[in-house]
Amino acid sequence: MEPNELKALIEKGIPDAKVEVIDTTGTKDHFSAVVISKSFEELSLVEQHQSVYKAVGRFMTKEVHALQLKTYSPNKWAEQNS
Amino acid sequence: MELSEQIKTDISENPVIIYMKGTKEMPMCGFSNQVVQILNHYGIEYKDVNILENPEIRIKLSEQSGWPTIPQLFVKGKLIGGADIAMELHQKGELLDILDISENN
Repeated sequence: MEPNELKALIEKGIPDAKVEVIDTTGTKDHFSAVVISKSFEELSLVEQHQSVYKAVGRFMTKEVHALQLKTYSPNKWAEQNS
Repeated sequence: MELSEQIKTDISENPVIIYMKGTKEMPMCGFSNQVVQILNHYGIEYKDVNILENPEIRIKLSEQSGWPTIPQLFVKGKLIGGADIAMELHQKGELLDILDISENN
């Protein structure tokens, strides 16, 4: 899968999300993503990651063999970068 | 015991348990190894389950946990997450509290 396709899947599942995806191995099946969404505010880290996995759906573990994740609410992202 | 029952029992009876590729002595995947190294750093007792020995475990486990990838770390019966979350909690200094499995906690 192309990184852009994975980005589109996550954005479809989490409509307000800002998403950056990179192919970490150059093999189009191991990715690293940063996802920022207001919907993460009320969620635990596990639930945040689960919501991204849900967006990737049936592609997860098949076309997308591994997906490293960093998830932030907009506030956490701002803190991170302050 | 049926496999899904076995998984439930293992998760509830082991305060810290990791489902991984390979064993804690010989991890077979970088992400699994990352969690093993973190747990070893804290010097705690934990059980390891090698999902490569029986791929059915992975299927049943992910159905139960709602988590598609391996490794999966459980503490006191609760899914903590995979390698990214273990590393993030470690770096934030929050993992030690989570791993505190003493009776009065």
